[in-house]
Amino acid sequence: MSGLIQSSIARKVVMALSGLFLVFFLGQHFTINITSVIAPDTFNTWSHFMGYNPLVQYVLQPILIAGVIVHFVMGFVLEVQNNKARTVKYAKFQGSANAPWISRNMILTGAVVLAFLGLHMYDFWVHEMAYKYIEAKPEDPTRYYAETVEKFAPIWRVVLYVISFALLSLHLLHGFASSFQTMGVNNKYSGGIKLFTKIFAIAIPLGFVFIAVYHHLNPITH
Amino acid sequence: MIMGILDSKVPKGPLADKWTKHKNEIDLVNPANKRNIDVIVVGTGLAGGSAAATLSELGYNVKTFCYQDSPRRAHSIAAQGGVNAAKNYQGDGDSVYRLFYDTVKGGDYRSREANVHRLAEVSTNIIDQCVAQGVPFAREYGGLLDNRSFGGVLVSRTFYAKGQTGQQLLLGAYAAMNRQIQRGKIKSYTRHEMLDIVLVDGKARGIIARDLVSGEIERHSGHAVVLATGGYGNLFFLSTYCMGANVMAAWKAHKRGAYFANPCFTQIHPTCIPVSGDHQSKLTLMSESLRNDGRIWVPKNLEDAKAIREGKLKPTEIAEEERDYYLERRYPAFGNLVPRDVASRAAKERCDAGYGVNKTGEAVYLDFDAAIMRYGREKALTSGMKNPDDATVRKLGEEVVEAKYGNLFQMYEKIVDQNPYKTPMMIYPAVHYTMGGLWVDYNLMTTIPGCYAAGEANFSDHGANRLGASALMQGLADGYFVLPYTIGDYLSKDIRTGKIPTESPEFDEAEKHVRERIDKLMSTKGTHSVDYYHKKLGKIMWNKCGMARNAKELQEAMDEIAELRKDFWENVKVPGTPDSKNQELEKAGRVADFLELGELFAKDALDRNESCGGHFREEYQTPEGEALRDDENYQYVAAWEYQGDPSKAILHKEDLVYENIEVKTRSYK
Amino acid sequence: MKIYLKIWRQKNPSTKGAMVAYTLDGIEADMSFLEMLDVLNEELISKNEEPVEFDHDCREGICGTCSLMINGRPHGPDTMITACQLHMRSFNDGDTIAIEPWRAKAFPVIKDLIVDRSSFDRIQQAGGYISVNTSGRPVDANAIPIEKEAADASFNAATCIGCGACVAACKNASAMLFTSAKVSQFALLPQGRVEATERVMNMVRQMDLEGFGNCTNTGACEVECPKGISLENIARMNREYLSASVKG
Repeated sequence: MSGLIQSSIARKVVMALSGLFLVFFLGQHFTINITSVIAPDTFNTWSHFMGYNPLVQYVLQPILIAGVIVHFVMGFVLEVQNNKARTVKYAKFQGSANAPWISRNMILTGAVVLAFLGLHMYDFWVHEMAYKYIEAKPEDPTRYYAETVEKFAPIWRVVLYVISFALLSLHLLHGFASSFQTMGVNNKYSGGIKLFTKIFAIAIPLGFVFIAVYHHLNPITH
Repeated sequence: MIMGILDSKVPKGPLADKWTKHKNEIDLVNPANKRNIDVIVVGTGLAGGSAAATLSELGYNVKTFCYQDSPRRAHSIAAQGGVNAAKNYQGDGDSVYRLFYDTVKGGDYRSREANVHRLAEVSTNIIDQCVAQGVPFAREYGGLLDNRSFGGVLVSRTFYAKGQTGQQLLLGAYAAMNRQIQRGKIKSYTRHEMLDIVLVDGKARGIIARDLVSGEIERHSGHAVVLATGGYGNLFFLSTYCMGANVMAAWKAHKRGAYFANPCFTQIHPTCIPVSGDHQSKLTLMSESLRNDGRIWVPKNLEDAKAIREGKLKPTEIAEEERDYYLERRYPAFGNLVPRDVASRAAKERCDAGYGVNKTGEAVYLDFDAAIMRYGREKALTSGMKNPDDATVRKLGEEVVEAKYGNLFQMYEKIVDQNPYKTPMMIYPAVHYTMGGLWVDYNLMTTIPGCYAAGEANFSDHGANRLGASALMQGLADGYFVLPYTIGDYLSKDIRTGKIPTESPEFDEAEKHVRERIDKLMSTKGTHSVDYYHKKLGKIMWNKCGMARNAKELQEAMDEIAELRKDFWENVKVPGTPDSKNQELEKAGRVADFLELGELFAKDALDRNESCGGHFREEYQTPEGEALRDDENYQYVAAWEYQGDPSKAILHKEDLVYENIEVKTRSYK
Repeated sequence: MKIYLKIWRQKNPSTKGAMVAYTLDGIEADMSFLEMLDVLNEELISKNEEPVEFDHDCREGICGTCSLMINGRPHGPDTMITACQLHMRSFNDGDTIAIEPWRAKAFPVIKDLIVDRSSFDRIQQAGGYISVNTSGRPVDANAIPIEKEAADASFNAATCIGCGACVAACKNASAMLFTSAKVSQFALLPQGRVEATERVMNMVRQMDLEGFGNCTNTGACEVECPKGISLENIARMNREYLSASVKG
């Protein structure tokens, strides 16, 4: 096992596994979020559970943050290495002739998603931390729905969400299926797997966009 | 001038026991001593690559040299069809003797009996060896190896890997080499060209090589030198050889004392894609297997042929009765499946008479229409159709033909830009292989002690005509199973010699010679490029030393080549510098050798007053125009000794004795 | 027809190169691409200029020597062929054609369009073989039956000609398709299974040492491979590597 991380394949596997983990998290995140449209009470309950359950807070949350960091750092390392593998560039290069745009621009779509994550963390996570630890306000299992809906009142945030999720979708369109190839899965089931990843890559971001737009259009009237 | 009789050192005793007996009796070098012995192998194709692998595995220190950027790119890689072996897996009555017999007969009784029998004996080891190495031969559904049959034989003994058998076998030998390179037993020099062989006390003790990247001239010493540098078909400029194929190593050895045997024995393959214009650099082979289903024809009328050449008429517009299926007409028994030499000559005869069908007038049709319709009807019947219309039959037939030859048809379409399913293919013969080469004895040693020749570079196994799927067999037999053992007999005397120094008057002289030659090529600064001379030489060879030869033209060829050679040294232009990568300089050195060999080639052809195999002398033919062999006077190997000028070469003869096979006339009527 | 060329000229590995423009007239559609370059070189020689150096040998698509980036694509615009099989009929009168060498740190330029691909050799030396003695007496070729499907898949992987188009096409200059084809050829055969663990570890290690980039599964290599080597081989190598790492 030693030196595993030093090989190109191992680095790719780290990338794929962290990516798959984030995909899984994305699915879970979406499942909770969509309840905000369907059943605000359930949304409050689940959000509260996620915010105060020690297992989630002290075990899963650090793992998630680590996953994001690993995926980002490794992506950056790979990009730097890959750039170094071709020091003199082609005068003319028709990358579009043999590979789709999304597969060639993962670093770009990834960077945008990362920037979005910054905003997202600021919006929710920093807010949560402040609420819980700095301001040390009491637990309120009913506050989440209203807070969330309120966030989507300004149009600029909705627009940012739409753009970010569009790019996340592109990132997933290549990345999700690609992780299976990296893990060595390329067989008669690959067609099915590819189809599933494509549907996921389009449907989930679309769902998030829907949630944002829905809350923007349906503000809570006091 | 004719001198002495050559000793082939064929062991005594019954044919079938010779090789075993010889192996038991020759001297061996013990493993500890092998570590003190260096062997140089020039050329890394099937013969050189496999020899290098086995020699290093036995314990010798091996240095390999190839002009390519990797040993894996040697032209053995382009062989399509397959490799013969007397495995008799099909149970169709094959045996070592039958393979031996077919090969001697196919060679028109001009090969050495004992060598061919040994080849047939070790052929089975080749397949075992290659499978163990991971060569992915074609297999049947039962998981066992598949075979197919090839021209000139009655059994199915050819092992193959689709149309890439040569590639797979070469990659096997290359892999075996890689294993030894990794162990440090082979030092591989790529992009290196041998420019001379160095003799010390009359023995081959090293080479002078040029690093083709830096232009540096290097000295390499060894206790023996193995030349596995392939054939010299590029003498003709246009051939199915790779662009870099050359005779330099063999020719330099020849100039230092190795006799050159049967230079005029050349195989001209009948089914190649014709020349399309003056710009042509290379010819592409269409597998012989196509003649199983294609019918060869030209128009019956000269006017039709002319109209076709001018583009006014299409071949499909010529009625059946206006076509001349000349092979079927001349050779009713074998028809389109006559051997390569016969088919090639017949095509030339028709084109010379003005019936050629492409714009250059040098092409005949290979027509699959009849096969398509025949297969189509068969397919329609087996799928239960009662009265299918022509279009359906044609469609079904095209599917069958595509399954059989799809990749070849596609390759043809890429080059010619015509669809061979709809219009007949155009084909013409092209130079494909040289049976002649350095003379070697039974141990594969040339007349220079310590200098060996293996594979196509030697002359021994194919006589005057090589059968299909035999070249790969010979290359691997020589390299894996023959040379590594026979060389021990010679090297056993060298266990106390110690390292051969490269600082010696002999190395000095050879290097000086090489440098002078390069200087001369670079300093001429004449008016014509190297290709100009190569193309001119090719034209002379093709027109006067090609498929049909006669005394008058051969003499003319000798004179013209000598003249061209003189002009070359006075007027060639080699740009660039000698101390850097310089492809023109590389070509110049190779063409300079061809300009000498070409003359010897013509001389050999002039000297051989008979027709046999690929060598057809117009003066020696039957009234029907068939080859007329003269066993009385020419059943020998012509081995030429260099005398400073190709025209002054001295002929040495090795009489060919056939004790185990009856010498007959080949007939295909 | 008349064509305009832009060709990378570089004197030697240590000097800087540049694209140089040439114009060629009288090019015929039936010429192969390399024959067009022959014509250019004859012209250059007649003008006392140095001809363009490019690698080529068999000119029938099997030796893997030719290695030209033509208009930004390895081996030119057509698929499933090498540059030597490309013909001028794929271009039009008046076209501008850019010709460059393969670009990768692991393929340094030697001169003009010629690159050094010995890194590929070293990858294979690291383990691209089955350790049987050629001078030994192996078992009979038919002693171990091999499933036709496995034998065919092994053959398909083995048809790689080692030209380097995969590396040239890859935006990361990764050699995964090449290396995986070699690993797969042996991994699919019972004879090759014996050393499978060591082989994949050693070959991947060497591949990384040579400075090739990482595979990001763009699939460009598969599209440009003149022999149609499949991405399945890369997945297989990943699998082999993972299981070898766990075992090792």
